Amino acid sequence: MDLAYTEQQQAFREEVRSWLAENVPAEPLQTFDTAEGFRQHREWEATLNSGRWGMVTWPQALGGRGCDLIEWLIFEEEYYRARAPLRVNQNGIFLLGPTLMEYGTEEQKARILPKMANGEEVWAQGWSEPNAGSDMAAIRSTAKREGDKYIINGQKTWSTRAVWADWCFGMFRTDPESERHRGLTFILVPLDSPGITVRPIPQLDGLPGFAEIFFDNVEVSVDNRLGDEGAGWSVAMATAGFERGLMLRSPARFQETARRLVELYTANRESADCDPAVKDAVLRAYLDAESYCLTTYQTACRLNKGGKIGAESSTNKIFWSELDQSMHATAMSILGARAELLPHAPAAQGVGTWLDGWLFSQSGPIYAGTNEVQRNIIAERMLGMPR
Amino acid sequence: MDFTFTEDQLLFQESVRDFLVNEVTPERIRAGWETDSGRDPALWQQLAELGLTGITVPEAHGGLGMTALDFVLLAQECGYVALPEPLVHTALVAVPMLTELGGELAAHWLPQIAAGEATVVVGLERNLVVEDAHIADLLLLQRGDELVAATAEQVVLQHSESIDPSRKLYTVEVAAAAPTVASGSQSAALLSAAQDRGALGCAAQALGLAQRMIDLTVQYTSERQQFGKPIGSFQAVKHHMANIAVRLEYAKAPTHRAAYALAVGQERAAQAVSHAKLVACEAANLAAKNCHQAHGAMGYTWEVDLHIFMKKAWALANTWGDAGFHKSRVAESIFAPGAALGAGATFA
Repeated sequence: MDLAYTEQQQAFREEVRSWLAENVPAEPLQTFDTAEGFRQHREWEATLNSGRWGMVTWPQALGGRGCDLIEWLIFEEEYYRARAPLRVNQNGIFLLGPTLMEYGTEEQKARILPKMANGEEVWAQGWSEPNAGSDMAAIRSTAKREGDKYIINGQKTWSTRAVWADWCFGMFRTDPESERHRGLTFILVPLDSPGITVRPIPQLDGLPGFAEIFFDNVEVSVDNRLGDEGAGWSVAMATAGFERGLMLRSPARFQETARRLVELYTANRESADCDPAVKDAVLRAYLDAESYCLTTYQTACRLNKGGKIGAESSTNKIFWSELDQSMHATAMSILGARAELLPHAPAAQGVGTWLDGWLFSQSGPIYAGTNEVQRNIIAERMLGMPR
Repeated sequence: MDFTFTEDQLLFQESVRDFLVNEVTPERIRAGWETDSGRDPALWQQLAELGLTGITVPEAHGGLGMTALDFVLLAQECGYVALPEPLVHTALVAVPMLTELGGELAAHWLPQIAAGEATVVVGLERNLVVEDAHIADLLLLQRGDELVAATAEQVVLQHSESIDPSRKLYTVEVAAAAPTVASGSQSAALLSAAQDRGALGCAAQALGLAQRMIDLTVQYTSERQQFGKPIGSFQAVKHHMANIAVRLEYAKAPTHRAAYALAVGQERAAQAVSHAKLVACEAANLAAKNCHQAHGAMGYTWEVDLHIFMKKAWALANTWGDAGFHKSRVAESIFAPGAALGAGATFA
């Protein structure tokens, strides 16, 4: 064990830091849940990619830097420290990208990855359906093979970023006789295809962060199938693995929230201490964010050395989503009567972006597999309890 | 950056675990409750033969010369079986203190500890009582700002019974003139190091205790049937157990980081130890609570083994610094002006 960065790792950190210092926009971008904000974020992805910082873990040949997981964690630390914009194409670069590298054909990789990397094509997810939420194997949307095309019919929902995205990926039932996990196929669909209707769903903040997608005899070339026909479930499971989870929610994000919470508390100490529980909650936020960082590094080091990830990785999503929620709840308590005010409201002094974060933290225990489903997985697969 | 243990460290852990699980069974622990001393000299001798009593004793004094980092995984295994013998105390607290004192004391006592022939214990005023004082040949005791070394003949002991029959606790009066072996800043440094090492020992054992309580409860809830099914198949029961697994999983790395910080003498070691003790003991206390619930009324009985581990977890949470002590230390560092927090600060 040696808990110090190597010279090479430190040099990498310096390089990331100085590039970000020169390139991160001085003014925060508008939210990507508006048309203008989406455009700004797409532009930022192109800027990142021009410096080969778009996706540092990707191979050099694909515009990445071939970084290992520790370098990825360092990159993220610097990225969040610099308050760089959120990643509008996260569904693409963090989830679909690595899956494409594993299951995609050479033609698919060459056609899709470069445009994904520079933000030219932004991706939405198409997993859930009205009757297939936690029970994803209940998917009913169909893709019927006709020659070199699939004809897609059905409906997807809770599709994040779909309002302005260019493509979506998801699972469709290609074998009409099949049930549950069998007979599903992973297909990539251009969202400008004839027969597609995207209906925005306003979120808690009133903005259309996700959408329903209706498919009415949508024709998609078989070239857009990822993996074999009928093998969709196993391709999709690869998308949900630990490393992908790490990409999506690395510790840096929560450590920065914890740091801002400590600042908020110390700046409002007199009023905050009227509720004795607040100080403890702030302390706990710091400890848990730190635990999340330490545990992630330990796992990343083990994986770097060829270790395998086990069922214990299901604890990850519960830990960060509940941490995020409790940190924001604590911030709301500290803000008191100001907590409900929108940032531009005249009486809102020093409220920062806590309200936005609080709203978003409500979604954490739900998306990417509800925490109840995660708890079942932990009990059955990690602890070996009876089904 | 390498946050992994070596193959050797992991193999050592595995072999110690096998030994302890075979030897230190709940039956043997219960048998110890019926004896005067509650301690098993034959077991101590076995531990000495495995090199464990001398694991942190310098090689020059007949030990293995290992560090807190080498021992932390073994301390987890001591927790897993709720080992009543003072192995964690010896390896993490008593031996390092004697080593740092050096001179005659070290030369006399360390080889005997490694051979399993002598037991030395450390008593801090914060702990109110001294663990295993009744079997100690030498007691290193805090008396205000000073550290005194008293032999068994120089002390009068009064047993303070614990709810955990395996824990043997004593108030110690130094009857004869025992020599002061450290004072002033030297004594302060020794005592604070002992405090941190003792707390690390609690954290590591808490991890093992939590895992043992999970294992016992998974087994129990897989066998016990109600409504025609094993009760472990009900989600309410599963989620109790999953909640422990989450807290336990995220308490491991902080504990290993604390062991590393102590072993290499990092400046922020005290804070790392407090972090580890808080989260590991919380995980063990949650395990005690939820496993007790999942056992139903059986968990409330003397007969079922769960309480062996539950009571030890409760005790460890409040010794070598309770939550208030450790939270205050963390608070002091994170609420200080200019504290290094946030992304990138953890290993800086």
